[in-house]
Amino acid sequence: MLGYFGRRLLYVVVTLWAISIAAFVIINLPPGDYVSTLIANAQAGGEGLTPAEIENLRLRYGLDDPIFLQYWRWITAILLHGDFGQSFAWNQPVATLIGERVALSAILSISSLLMVWAIAFPIGIYSAVKQYSWGDYGFSFLGFIGMAVPEFMLALVLMYIGFRYFGASVGGLFSPEFQDAAWNLGKVLDLMGHLWVPILVIGVSGTAGMIRVTRANLLDELYRPYVHTARAKGLPEWKLLLKYPVRMSLSPFFSTVGWLLPGLIGGETIVSVVMSLPTGGPLLLSGVMSQDMYLVGSFIMILSTLTVVGTVVSDLALAWWDPRIRKRYKRE
Amino acid sequence: MPADDVLLEIEDLRTHFLLDDGVVCAVDGVDLRVRRGETLAIVGESGCGKSVMARSILRLVDPPGQIEGGRITLHRQDGPVELVGADKRLLRQVRWRDIAMVFQEPMASLSLVHTIGSQIVEAVRLHENVGKAEARERAIDMLERVGIPKPRHRVDAYPFELSGGMRQRAMIAMALSCRPSLLIADEPTTALDVTTQAQILELLRDLQAEFGMAIMLITHDLGVAAQVADRMAVMYLGRVVEYGAAEQVLAAPRHPYAQALLRSMPRLGRASRTRLAAIRGMVPPPFARPDGCTFHPRCDSAMAGRCDTVTPSSVVVGDREVSCLLYDDEQQEREERR
Repeated sequence: MLGYFGRRLLYVVVTLWAISIAAFVIINLPPGDYVSTLIANAQAGGEGLTPAEIENLRLRYGLDDPIFLQYWRWITAILLHGDFGQSFAWNQPVATLIGERVALSAILSISSLLMVWAIAFPIGIYSAVKQYSWGDYGFSFLGFIGMAVPEFMLALVLMYIGFRYFGASVGGLFSPEFQDAAWNLGKVLDLMGHLWVPILVIGVSGTAGMIRVTRANLLDELYRPYVHTARAKGLPEWKLLLKYPVRMSLSPFFSTVGWLLPGLIGGETIVSVVMSLPTGGPLLLSGVMSQDMYLVGSFIMILSTLTVVGTVVSDLALAWWDPRIRKRYKRE
Repeated sequence: MPADDVLLEIEDLRTHFLLDDGVVCAVDGVDLRVRRGETLAIVGESGCGKSVMARSILRLVDPPGQIEGGRITLHRQDGPVELVGADKRLLRQVRWRDIAMVFQEPMASLSLVHTIGSQIVEAVRLHENVGKAEARERAIDMLERVGIPKPRHRVDAYPFELSGGMRQRAMIAMALSCRPSLLIADEPTTALDVTTQAQILELLRDLQAEFGMAIMLITHDLGVAAQVADRMAVMYLGRVVEYGAAEQVLAAPRHPYAQALLRSMPRLGRASRTRLAAIRGMVPPPFARPDGCTFHPRCDSAMAGRCDTVTPSSVVVGDREVSCLLYDDEQQEREERR
């Protein structure tokens, strides 16, 4: 078991190294760099930058050095000092920028996930057990609508309704009077009052998808011989359902549970932009647009690390859940 | 025979599958009796409805299949109960406590994510008011009785850690853990190799002597049936065509289908150059059942104008029951002569 995970850890390191190179190369692929974006913006604004100023900036950011040297500086700073570099545009350390947004991103991801599970599992199980009943058709219909409606669209509609009929402030997570206030009970309640809209928006398509997946997974298991055995033993129907086929049908779910990790800091970019939520997604988007290279590179690096670690977590969770996998790890 | 000898009585059982393309009459009027402590083999080719019939007894048929009619009476110590119309509570009580089942694929029929022990313990505790520790001891004891070595160790094993034969033994241990009066074994040896098959059959016979339960053995393998059966029922297209003592049915079958089935079986000692007699024609498609006797299109003794119009009912011929118009005639003639 230890040997197996030792090997897994080695793969993680190699994978991350490859990702770091790919990420850095890709950010440098588009023509120009942050300074040329800056020049373009300045010109659009009617003011010019003198060649000396430009040279100064390029020198300061080390943009004329060979790319492998820039990569080396970036990656060694991360590894040796945990320093993810400066954001050009924000003139702040990248770690600080992302750190500020992690809490809200995480709250949003976790609460929408809980909503998805709480709604999707019971409905998915019901739909599978009562396959082709009116209830199943009804939920399938709603589910397909939920999957088909784009999230940003739903966000806009909900914001319009909230503004038009309930007088809620549009977008953001706080009312204007609490925006810069220190944390107190009023601010927390205000956050709760705003948070349900993005949770609903993000949760709807996830719920719809999860219902379909739960239903399909359970249908695969529902008529297996071991279910007949359990029934023949005289177990009550709901008990045997939960203990045998539902338990089996959750295995694929456990193998994807680790993908939630990257969602904690990024994810849901479009919804966040539309609703102007101060989460990680819009930060990444603006960084990409202004070629803020250390912000984007480090952001992608952190996302990838979380994804890779999440995959390992998934495998561990699956081993905990399914004895077949556990025994195989032990043998290796 | 005395009536109190009968453990399970099936009368005119009909189980149909309501599909989009029509109705498939998988079980179409089966009459059978299982006596206490005896082994009844149900034989017939794939698709003849023997498995669905067996599942109907415990009402385990999945939709779109449903029991359309008939009576299944179980004669318990405290009086008879009827199963087709039984409510869920009674049915759950009968399941495993009175009638237990062993299925074809032990790998698929046991849960792979629960230990063997926990699955046996579950069955015991469902039906008997015993503590966990006691149920576990019972599980270990049962595993030992079915010949699983080191049962104290194996009780915590998962099914995928055992060989096919061991898995089926564990399944049998689970089936007998509540000491049922009837064990339904649905092709219990089909998924196993020949050596293991013989061992499992032997085990079933030994356990029957020890526990005194009746066995309903469903098999397409006449050799298996010949080894263990006291009585035998031959099924064709959802009906029992011949029912009688196993030795006699095997030695001198009366129904033309049973005769053809036996002729198609390879035998030791028969000149190896003689061709095996295959049964003429094909099993008719499920939606186009022949009128009259369902076997008449394939039957060498079919009587035109009679077998294709009249549905034969079961008649007693000597020591057994046969559903064939040939014997109906004989009986009529005999009666006329009198």
